[in-house]
Amino acid sequence: MEKKQTPLGYISFSAFAWVVGLLIFFPIFWMVLTSFKSELEAVSIPPSFISFDWTLENYVEVQERSNYFKFAMNSVILAVGSTLVGLVFAVTCAWAMAFNPTKRTKDALLWMLSTKMMPPVGVLVPIYLMFRDWGLLDTRFGLIMVLFLMNLPIMVWMLYTYFKEIPTDILEAARMDGATLPKEIIFVLLPMALPGIASTMLLNVILAWNEAFWTLNLTTSDAAPLTAFIASYSSPEGLFWAKLSAASTLAVAPILVIGWFSQKQLVRGLTFGAVK
Amino acid sequence: MKRVMGAALCALLAGGVAFTANAETKLTIATVNNGDMIRMQKLTDDFTSQNPDISLEWVTLEENTLRQRVTTDIATKGGQYDIMTIGTYEVPIWAEKGWLAPLDNLGSDYDVDDLMPAIRAAVSKDDALYAAPFYGESSMMMYRKDLFEKAGIEVNGRLTWDQTLDIAKKLHDPDNGVYGICLRGKAGWGENMALISTMGNAYGARWFDEEWNPTFDGPEWKAALDMYTNILGNYGPPGATSNGFNENLSLFNSGKCGMWIDATVAASFVTNPKESKVADQVAFTEAPCAVTCTGANWLWAWNLGIPMGSQNVEAAQKFIAWATSKEYLELVASKEGWANVPPGTRISLYENPKYLEAAPFADETLLAIDSADPINSTLKPKPYVGVQFAAIPEFQGIGTTVGQQFSAALAGQSTVEEALSAAQASTDRTMRKAGYY
Repeated sequence: MEKKQTPLGYISFSAFAWVVGLLIFFPIFWMVLTSFKSELEAVSIPPSFISFDWTLENYVEVQERSNYFKFAMNSVILAVGSTLVGLVFAVTCAWAMAFNPTKRTKDALLWMLSTKMMPPVGVLVPIYLMFRDWGLLDTRFGLIMVLFLMNLPIMVWMLYTYFKEIPTDILEAARMDGATLPKEIIFVLLPMALPGIASTMLLNVILAWNEAFWTLNLTTSDAAPLTAFIASYSSPEGLFWAKLSAASTLAVAPILVIGWFSQKQLVRGLTFGAVK
Repeated sequence: MKRVMGAALCALLAGGVAFTANAETKLTIATVNNGDMIRMQKLTDDFTSQNPDISLEWVTLEENTLRQRVTTDIATKGGQYDIMTIGTYEVPIWAEKGWLAPLDNLGSDYDVDDLMPAIRAAVSKDDALYAAPFYGESSMMMYRKDLFEKAGIEVNGRLTWDQTLDIAKKLHDPDNGVYGICLRGKAGWGENMALISTMGNAYGARWFDEEWNPTFDGPEWKAALDMYTNILGNYGPPGATSNGFNENLSLFNSGKCGMWIDATVAASFVTNPKESKVADQVAFTEAPCAVTCTGANWLWAWNLGIPMGSQNVEAAQKFIAWATSKEYLELVASKEGWANVPPGTRISLYENPKYLEAAPFADETLLAIDSADPINSTLKPKPYVGVQFAAIPEFQGIGTTVGQQFSAALAGQSTVEEALSAAQASTDRTMRKAGYY
């Protein structure tokens, strides 16, 4: 029998949730606030909260120095591109593992996940040499391949979890009605797993958007995304917090907006299958 | 659905491989985000108007990322960059490995003899330039005139570390937000170890003896580290182990430091009223000595070099000649004022009365750079080049590990003896593995 929550418990839980939410949000808020300060204000101790001379000079300088839209366009292409390519492979892979498992399926899943535990810098030189020889350095195509391969284990795992929730009987019914394998996947499986696929896509877009090792090491200018844009505003000698905050605010703004509007879908997808 | 997916993939692949062909020579330049470098980017119209067949693509990166990125590229002959911004640590190592193109065609009007001897030596091999210095720096002491006057302290001649300790004691007033001294505490070969190495030099220490054995078990390092942990631990700001150049700059500019020993380039920041609350109260003097003044201040320069993998060596040399020329200094002065020209590379700049008037720190900077000698920077003989580093490939790893051990001693997590013993053991292990003995 479900235990009824008391008003005090409800209030305490809500207050706790708000505190946690504010703690998580505070760094982003502080970054946005700092982007409107002068460099001197940004490092002043004690820091000023609201009562400082608000300025847009950091945004102006960032716009003057960097072609934001070029970096942003690269980020969009890399994030969306790697997600779509990854989806093609992940759906087929997860389908096989969920509906036609073998005794080695679990091992294969674990092995896929274990590849994520390797520090990327360990394979930097071999990958760099391959990219150099294949002419893929500083190309979007090369980056899409790397990002898609990097996130593939997570996509397969997420989709595998969602697919496991779908009754096999429905797929068998489709087969009995004469559906071929591609039709079974595209017209029966995918529509049913849409929330899961949507959240997988969203998570993958966020991961690809934020990826800052390969995108910094395999690009120079043509394929450089927003991570390179942010990295260009950190200075070893001289004040830079305000300008870096302005660049970071511009860089996270698109993904923040997407995340905000799709949070319901994302949460639903991420918690799908969590309670049985 | 199939068609939609297919179209999306095609569009993606097309977008991925798309690039523009161009007849002109494009130079890709990797650089750090320093004020002088950014100024250079803004002034490149002057270069491109003189050389319409050359276009410039700037890749500005954070220092550590830049170092990792250009090292990977040059070691694998990736050919992604035509010009790299590299430090005086990298130049001798990379030149020795044959990774850098010699700068033998900078033009007849490029006054190479005007380069400061110490800086020129740091970027040359067998008298040939392998990189051209864009700006140079040493280290010196910046201090608060008003606080010194209030405490009745007069600076006559070069201070010793013992005198510096006494002054720090007098100035230290944490209740009123003033700390006696601010020094680098953040672990890293280019962070705390830059300062501690110069302190070690001043106390007669050296990184390696003539046989490449580390010397942290000697009394010189003990004296240096004792002084460092004492002065910064007791008379420095709280949390000094996380302070690097920028953190100390913020503290000093906010009026929190009585003294600060760091890079000479900081002088232009701390005297700039737009950045510093104490701009009119700052004075300068040389970095402290101890048993010797040899190697008591470091030497560093950011330089422009051309990787061997570049396909545009001729155009790259043209650009480097422009960016590191005397004419470039005049260009910056005409647009941004003499106080903003890149310092520390050319003798003529320090003979220019307009610069001397605009930069009150010019004399001390020149004195510091001139007295720093990367070859003879220790009291006892040493087998390596470099004042605050040893120009060997293993040094980055060694320096950072030792920096972490010394940082732990500063934080009180280990004693000075334990830190030195750990430094000796780890450095010995690395040198042994690398085959030095």
